Amino acid sequence: MKKPIVAILAVVLAIALLAGCAGNKGSTGSEDRNKVEDGIKIGINYELSGKVATYGQSSVEGIELAIEEINEAGGINGKKIIPVKYDTKSEPAEATTLATRLITQDKVVMILGPATSGSFKAQIPVAEKNRIPVISGSATDDSVTVDASGVKEYAFRICFTDSYQGTAMASYALNKLSAKKAAIIMDSSSDYGKGLAKNFREKFEAGGGTIVAEEAYVAGDTDFNGILTKIKGQDFDVIFIPGYYDEAGLIIKQARNLGIDVPILGADGFDSPKLLELAGAAALNNVYYSNHYSSLDEDPKVAKFIENFKAKYNKEPDAFNALGYDLAKFAADAISRAGSLDGESIKKAIEETENFDGVTGTFSIDENHNPVKSVVVIELKDGKQYRAEKIAD
Amino acid sequence: MERLLQQVVNGISLGSIYALIALGYTMVYGIIKLINFAHCDVYMIGAYVGYFCMSYFRLGLLPSLLIAMVVCMLLGVAIEKIAYRPLRNAARITVLITAIGVSLFLEYGTMFFVKAETRTYPPLTGWLARIFRIGNVVISMQQIVLVGITVILMVLLQFIVKKTKTGKAMRAVSIDQDAAELMGINVDTTISFTFALGSALAGAAGVLVGIYYNSINPLMGMVPGIKAFIAAVFGGIGIIPGAMIGGYFIGMVEVFVSGYGNSMFRDAVVYAILILILIVKPAGLLGKNVREKV
Repeated sequence: MKKPIVAILAVVLAIALLAGCAGNKGSTGSEDRNKVEDGIKIGINYELSGKVATYGQSSVEGIELAIEEINEAGGINGKKIIPVKYDTKSEPAEATTLATRLITQDKVVMILGPATSGSFKAQIPVAEKNRIPVISGSATDDSVTVDASGVKEYAFRICFTDSYQGTAMASYALNKLSAKKAAIIMDSSSDYGKGLAKNFREKFEAGGGTIVAEEAYVAGDTDFNGILTKIKGQDFDVIFIPGYYDEAGLIIKQARNLGIDVPILGADGFDSPKLLELAGAAALNNVYYSNHYSSLDEDPKVAKFIENFKAKYNKEPDAFNALGYDLAKFAADAISRAGSLDGESIKKAIEETENFDGVTGTFSIDENHNPVKSVVVIELKDGKQYRAEKIAD
Repeated sequence: MERLLQQVVNGISLGSIYALIALGYTMVYGIIKLINFAHCDVYMIGAYVGYFCMSYFRLGLLPSLLIAMVVCMLLGVAIEKIAYRPLRNAARITVLITAIGVSLFLEYGTMFFVKAETRTYPPLTGWLARIFRIGNVVISMQQIVLVGITVILMVLLQFIVKKTKTGKAMRAVSIDQDAAELMGINVDTTISFTFALGSALAGAAGVLVGIYYNSINPLMGMVPGIKAFIAAVFGGIGIIPGAMIGGYFIGMVEVFVSGYGNSMFRDAVVYAILILILIVKPAGLLGKNVREKV
């Protein structure tokens, strides 16, 4: 109920602020940005406090590690990166305000973040107006970069979309787990859950499978015994749970308690240490979920990243850390190829990115400003990551 | 058949929680005609007290349960003293809005201290983690403990209300406050006592939910609070056995709607029941129609 109000406020605020700038300058000139001789300013606009602070903080940890590495290696074409960091407090309206401030006052050449789709979308109008590229490492909602009115010229992301994950998990169930019948228990209160369920269903049925049961819950529910007892009597090979770890953890625990031991599938919403706390190690067997990255990846580049990350933060990196790291490296790569520091050149350089070699995979940017990359499917055994497999659709 | 039995087990477990919370609503309403919206947040506080007892002080289930009940009891009495007593003679809508204010204060105050994230109770070990299988019907030890403690608390409550002097005073105040005062009953103490009893039950429900579902957060009271309120209205608000019956009924309805109907409509059915009761029998299942004299 609150979201539309916040969105409207964001838009109103954006218009008010833009109207203010338009009076003195119109679109921001590029010469100001080139004048900064000693460094290149990049905006970091993230959720550092508030409801989804863990996503923002994790992303920024990855970004800061990457910037440190780039600067130590001599910067971009001899110029050091100067990060300008702000906290959106997990509010889309705040993200918009800060984006305006970053562009008009701090004169950044691009903005990284925010982490969530809603906040990222809220700052896009500011970016378009001022012709400054914005990139997110984790905004997975389908409509972030492209909607009914076409591709958003200055918005990019380096993570796959929700629909892509749903499709990938359906192929995984069909091909790797040889499933013919699936049950879906979805979070009907989020676009994320509904989108994933829809794409999973389409792909699974197109591949010859049948969905035998489709149940729903809303965020905040804790009792799933009714639903689970109902589907227990039916015949299915896998359960797909499109939703976040808060409820998924409880569903898995209650399902295993009731003796339902078929494979359980999910998406990147499962990726949290809380999943293990909620479900318990014994229940987390035969659980598979799609993710952006796995620490089990044996690629030397990934091993190096994990080693450096551990040295700096003294913990294992998670998917958001990895995406943040890739995001900063990706941005630096585009700036180094752009030739000039104005928004348009950098935007063009991002569009032309091909086979960027990151820790979350090697990818190119397609015409919809999305990366073409593979999904990692992680298998859990006794609550720990046991196996990781890359699936390229 | 096995599926039916399993659903009954699920329904009774869920219903116990609603019944425990509903008792607090109904007792307070019975005595001062106030829908105490802050009640569901007392339940949340109980869950957090239990959480800190069990994960930081490594206490067992029973000591944690008792501590949570005592803390909630004090909290309930404090809420009544600070927020409701000064408004004893104010219009009912004033007190109602104050109750909503207290509820928001508790929710967001707690969120400030413990953060908004979900927390989990420590994993259960030993006898509490056991699971019994009778044919295909699965009953966990947590469910038995949940229902067992609920029943014990309800019997205890019935005893206090029906057999003790304080219980008699409570009943007297709920029938006629002025007359009770004339008979020498201390109305303020009796009201405090009612809040203490109701809040202790909510605190117990909080801890039991913590061990049963293993997931707590500062806004966890909102939805169960509304459901328990519906349970209280269903049974006849102000009537103690009514709240128990209502709680189990709502629990069963929820489980059976998602078990045999469509899980999408689960909450809709519960709210439809509320509307239906208010139209057909506003006094509730056990309520008598009392004609208001003009």
